[in-house]
Amino acid sequence: MEFEILGNKDTRSGFGEGLAELGRTNPDVVALCADLTGSLKMDDFKKENPERFFQVGIAEANMMGMAAGMTIGGKIPFTGTFANFSTGRVYDQIRQSIAYSQKNVKIAASHAGLTLGEDGATHQILEDIGMMRMLPNMTVIVPADFNQTKQATIASAAHNGPVYLRFGRPVMPIFVKPDAEFVIGKADVLTEGTDVTIIACGHMVWKSIEALKTLTEKGISVELINMHTIKPLDVDAILKSVAKTRCVVTAEEHMRNGGLGDAVAQVLAQHDPLPQEFVAVNDKFGESGTPMELMTKYGIDTADVVAAVEKVLARKK
Amino acid sequence: MQNEELKNIASQVRRDIVRMVAAVSSGHPGGSLGCADFLTYLYFEGMKHNPENFSKDAKDEDVFFLSNGHISPVFYSVLAHVGYFPVSELATFRKLNSRLQGHPSTDKKLPGIRMASGSLGQGLSVAIGTALTKKLNGDNSTVFTLHGDGELQEGQIWEAALYAAANKVDNLIATIDYNGRQIDGDLDDVLSLGNLEAKWQAFGWDVLSMNGHDFDSIRETMQTAKSKLGNGKPIVIIMKTEMGQGVDYMMGTHKWHGSAPNAEQLQSALNQLEETLGDY
Repeated sequence: MEFEILGNKDTRSGFGEGLAELGRTNPDVVALCADLTGSLKMDDFKKENPERFFQVGIAEANMMGMAAGMTIGGKIPFTGTFANFSTGRVYDQIRQSIAYSQKNVKIAASHAGLTLGEDGATHQILEDIGMMRMLPNMTVIVPADFNQTKQATIASAAHNGPVYLRFGRPVMPIFVKPDAEFVIGKADVLTEGTDVTIIACGHMVWKSIEALKTLTEKGISVELINMHTIKPLDVDAILKSVAKTRCVVTAEEHMRNGGLGDAVAQVLAQHDPLPQEFVAVNDKFGESGTPMELMTKYGIDTADVVAAVEKVLARKK
Repeated sequence: MQNEELKNIASQVRRDIVRMVAAVSSGHPGGSLGCADFLTYLYFEGMKHNPENFSKDAKDEDVFFLSNGHISPVFYSVLAHVGYFPVSELATFRKLNSRLQGHPSTDKKLPGIRMASGSLGQGLSVAIGTALTKKLNGDNSTVFTLHGDGELQEGQIWEAALYAAANKVDNLIATIDYNGRQIDGDLDDVLSLGNLEAKWQAFGWDVLSMNGHDFDSIRETMQTAKSKLGNGKPIVIIMKTEMGQGVDYMMGTHKWHGSAPNAEQLQSALNQLEETLGDY
């Protein structure tokens, strides 16, 4: 199947556009940022809604607490900073003041994963999906491209409850239609196939689309699922697909521990034990480099998806 | 309200506190006893609020956040006596399936509580957020908080202190329970706060102080604080208290921060605290 490339943009810009649109359509939406307004593409919202934009400085713990408090009285706060400072740095604030307290806060986390690039491992968080999906009451969304990030941002505001929205820095191809329907918790089946199910999220959806070409040439029929919502996970979509294919490859820009692959493995173990291979970073910190160099070095590139498919097919009885 | 009435309520609240922690052999009586007078004043006289019809959004109501959530016994007792929930429910404190969790929480839907607390240092940030929403909504009511003095050792407090002053969050009155003691000992031995008043002043706050066991001092200071609302500065009150106030053997030491009295000790405490409104 051919995927039409509709353009090339970063997913963080999709967040910025979605937030700006929310600023125009929903007077309850407010935004907080910890000194990364430009990096998070929050400038338009800030310019158009200065009274609803809160610059908190480099003080993420305070930002999370403030966001929780702002929900009392009906506001819908979006916090903006890098994924690392949106999770690991403030886990306890999110846990107590947002998740446990069931506050309607949207945690917008940019520059997630290795593709943050040259800043190196201090900023390349690969554990955030795991931390956030462990929290009761938390919804975890990892959209695949610019258009989907915009759609997910708008859908997050309409959802009542805490949301972790994870996106990234690099410019990547856009393939989700601008008018596509985005439903939290409902996976997108991008290609239907019978030999193997690939379940991917975030930038790895595009890498999997790239892998399709090689796999198709090898005569392998792939069912590719864009699992943009990690929690709640679309269990029905997984079980329906593996009923046909009987094996799975998961692909994510995250640690093997705790991420999408773990979530899918739980579903398989419980409902339909089947071979699964994991395209993910294997218990290592990243390093400086370009986003694409890092994806290659740490085993989450197109070739790694192809290799994982071949491996899982060999295991399939 | 007459001081005599407030004293009567606070005496019953103190009885509730020691009975609640003794019943489950756990909880935090020291700070609870120390804040009984302040919270009694705040809920029975100082705040504009609606116990009969609790709303999470607190529109046009004053809001209080207990940042030092471990003193939940005093909070629960005051909330019950002022009408948020039946006083009899105090008997469920810290027991399985209770709405009165060890530290305050929202997920059991206990009326009067809008935010979980327990992990320290988070309540000032939360209060700033609610204060900002009130401003956005054109709601002129006030946000109050209470913090332990040991809690000020948490860095997030000072992030929040910076923000509130720099952004003129002037519909907020924070109170510090300055009893000078924490779990491991005297605050000055664990980690001194140095000149606390000068610190808050340097951070740009309007600083007041009061005696947390004298209703005239509390009333006068709270009225002064309210007169300063809207002046472009957040307000903090350093409230001098005695941990364990009202129970002689719990005073003058840090040892009753988080320990419950046994049956004999409970009786000794109850002998010192008049039953004014009837035990639950």
